[in-house]
Amino acid sequence: MALFEAKNVTKQYGTQLALENVSISVPEQSIYGLLGPNGAGKTTLIRIINQITGPDSGELFLEGKKLKPSDVAEIGYLPEERGLYKKMKVGEQALYFAQLKGLTRHEAMIRLKYWFRKLEIVEWWGKKVEELSKGMQQKVQFITTVLHEPKLLIFDEPFTGFDPVNMNIIKNEILFLRERGATVIFSTHNMGSVEELCDNITLINKANTILEGSVYEIRKQWAANEYDLVFEGDVKMDGNEHYNILNTRNDSGKSIIRLKTTSDIRTNEIISTATGSGNLLSFNPALPSMNEIFIRVVESRN
Amino acid sequence: MNPGTNKKAATEKRRTMNKIPVIIKREYLTRVRKKSFIIMTILAPVLMAALIIVPTVVMLNQGQDFKKIAVIEDGSDLFRTAIPNTKEAEFVYLEGVKLNELKTTFEQAGYYGILFISPEVINVPNAIQLISKSQPPIGLLEHIENSLEKEIERQKLLTYNIENLDQIIKKVQTRVSVQTIKIDAAGNVKETSTGIAMAMAYISGFLMYMLVFIFGSQVMRGVIEEKTSRVVEVIISSVRPVQLMMGKITGIALVGLTQFLIWVILTIGIVTVLKTTVFQKTSVTGVTQVTTQNLMTIDQTGTISAKTAEATSPEMEELAKFFSSALNQPWGVIIISFIFYFITGYLLYASIFAAIGSAVDNETETQQFMLPVTIPIILALMVAIGTMQNPESSLSFWFSIIPLTSPIVMVARLPFGVPFWQLALSMALMIVTFMAFVWMAAKIYRTGILMYGKKTSWKEMWKWLRYSG
Repeated sequence: MALFEAKNVTKQYGTQLALENVSISVPEQSIYGLLGPNGAGKTTLIRIINQITGPDSGELFLEGKKLKPSDVAEIGYLPEERGLYKKMKVGEQALYFAQLKGLTRHEAMIRLKYWFRKLEIVEWWGKKVEELSKGMQQKVQFITTVLHEPKLLIFDEPFTGFDPVNMNIIKNEILFLRERGATVIFSTHNMGSVEELCDNITLINKANTILEGSVYEIRKQWAANEYDLVFEGDVKMDGNEHYNILNTRNDSGKSIIRLKTTSDIRTNEIISTATGSGNLLSFNPALPSMNEIFIRVVESRN
Repeated sequence: MNPGTNKKAATEKRRTMNKIPVIIKREYLTRVRKKSFIIMTILAPVLMAALIIVPTVVMLNQGQDFKKIAVIEDGSDLFRTAIPNTKEAEFVYLEGVKLNELKTTFEQAGYYGILFISPEVINVPNAIQLISKSQPPIGLLEHIENSLEKEIERQKLLTYNIENLDQIIKKVQTRVSVQTIKIDAAGNVKETSTGIAMAMAYISGFLMYMLVFIFGSQVMRGVIEEKTSRVVEVIISSVRPVQLMMGKITGIALVGLTQFLIWVILTIGIVTVLKTTVFQKTSVTGVTQVTTQNLMTIDQTGTISAKTAEATSPEMEELAKFFSSALNQPWGVIIISFIFYFITGYLLYASIFAAIGSAVDNETETQQFMLPVTIPIILALMVAIGTMQNPESSLSFWFSIIPLTSPIVMVARLPFGVPFWQLALSMALMIVTFMAFVWMAAKIYRTGILMYGKKTSWKEMWKWLRYSG
């Protein structure tokens, strides 16, 4: 069942069309990627979901019911540009945001302690925000976003500003939150993280949806009958009437051969021919990276 | 899972809880805890008290610093008894002493200075010199000038050969002081002082200006801070923009009231403490020294005849008059009106400032919007100052009715007495206007606060005002 749905959302700023008939459907307890080049309309959609601004037309549903103003308590939002009061102390600030989200002071305190310990920033509690590094600030902001345990979490570019170590920590936290029942929507340019985290994606370009579906399905679809064969040692394969060899790479004592089928050949037959060429280690459909797909789709549209 | 979580109960609470108090609390506490706030709050009353106390102390010290002055006349003997001694100075008439000799020795001889009067003084008024090592106090100079003027006048009159001249002069000498009496609608007569009314008009008008302007622009800075740091996006996703705006405006208003109250209490406290220590001394010395002072020190406002002046200190008399006049002011109306105009005036301007803050990306961009807002405030202050000269002018009347200027001008008019219908009209207009402005500001704010990177124009703001959604 879809936890969140947007149906035919259109939004116009003056003469500028920000979103045109965009629909998304986010299954419960999944991670949903919102992709697209800069200025595509991602942030507008996120703002509409957060009810910061209203759509010109279209409908939004949370758990099958129309989204209403009080639902903000069920949504946690991490904006792209980090928003913290620079002169305010970290702990006080986190408490403030928690209270704005409707937690009592006491409850907020208990949860904050838990999270500050988990993300190892306890010693920063009494420091002013301006004394913190960007990554630290982001951790604080991350905590304030998830603290009230909303059903729906929205992260706008959650990884910018993090070093690889901390990026990994945040990734794991997002996966952990999903395990605990949260549904996540996040927008990013980081395609690596999309492959790792996302169950489904929507690709928005120039206010329109141009690609949508589960990450695996999309990659398979774009694989377009290409396969990767990995052999031990230095191996060469020749093409035949059923397939062409696209390229051959040598990588630390292994040969990786990519072929593209030209007829309706069964993969078993390819494998049986291949085993004659050398010691076959693996056979996989060649999934293009989300990065490749992103670039190809956007460029073909422009 | 987090400990202590009862999800259903928590969710229920979230929905019902009003978040404006949370916002007000933050706005209030972060400002009140600032070092600059604490310093200003403590320092200002100290300065105020110093402003009140220091002149008194200086006056007293001047009195205690007794001066002996040598008087030399060049060849004539006209002013031997012209200058009476005062509590501050003794005038010693020296004969047969050369000015040039005394110039080098007067200090050793124990004189503060030399008053040299040349015989041309009858015709040339500036033929008098006071020679001293330090700048003589203004009071001493006035005393000398007054005394010599009188003597010269007397001697000039003598040349007309009028009989019994001294008696005639004594008879015609009069002292005039206008006593101001206000009659209220019920016919009660109250003695007032225009000086007090003017001082109060000035203080309340200026205070209103400061409070509205300083705290109004604090609202603007707060809004800009939230906008540029993007905090607003986080907050707007949990509370409505209007709630955030009103929370901020209310929080800062409370900061203003807090500071104002502390100022009043501290100033009164410091002045009372110092009064009990300093003024007590005054009253003792004041009474004992009166007789020597005689006519010279009688002021413009006092109605003291020469006889009564001997009985009581003119300063005390003046002080008593000051207090009775101050007490005769319609304090109830003034205080209630002041609070009314502060709240409505502040709300009006703070909402304009909030709207401006929401429309710009940084503080430098506020210039173009600030000017049209500053103009009525400055105009109001100027008219308020004019009001002190002429409270009944039509300019003062109109400016005290028009809502943008009325908070400042009306409080300046109040000590002079304002007809009830004018006050009522001004207040009614104020209420309508401030509500309209808050409503408009909220609309602009709601759109502006989330607009980035575009330079906002007046036209743009007008468009935001008309957005429905």
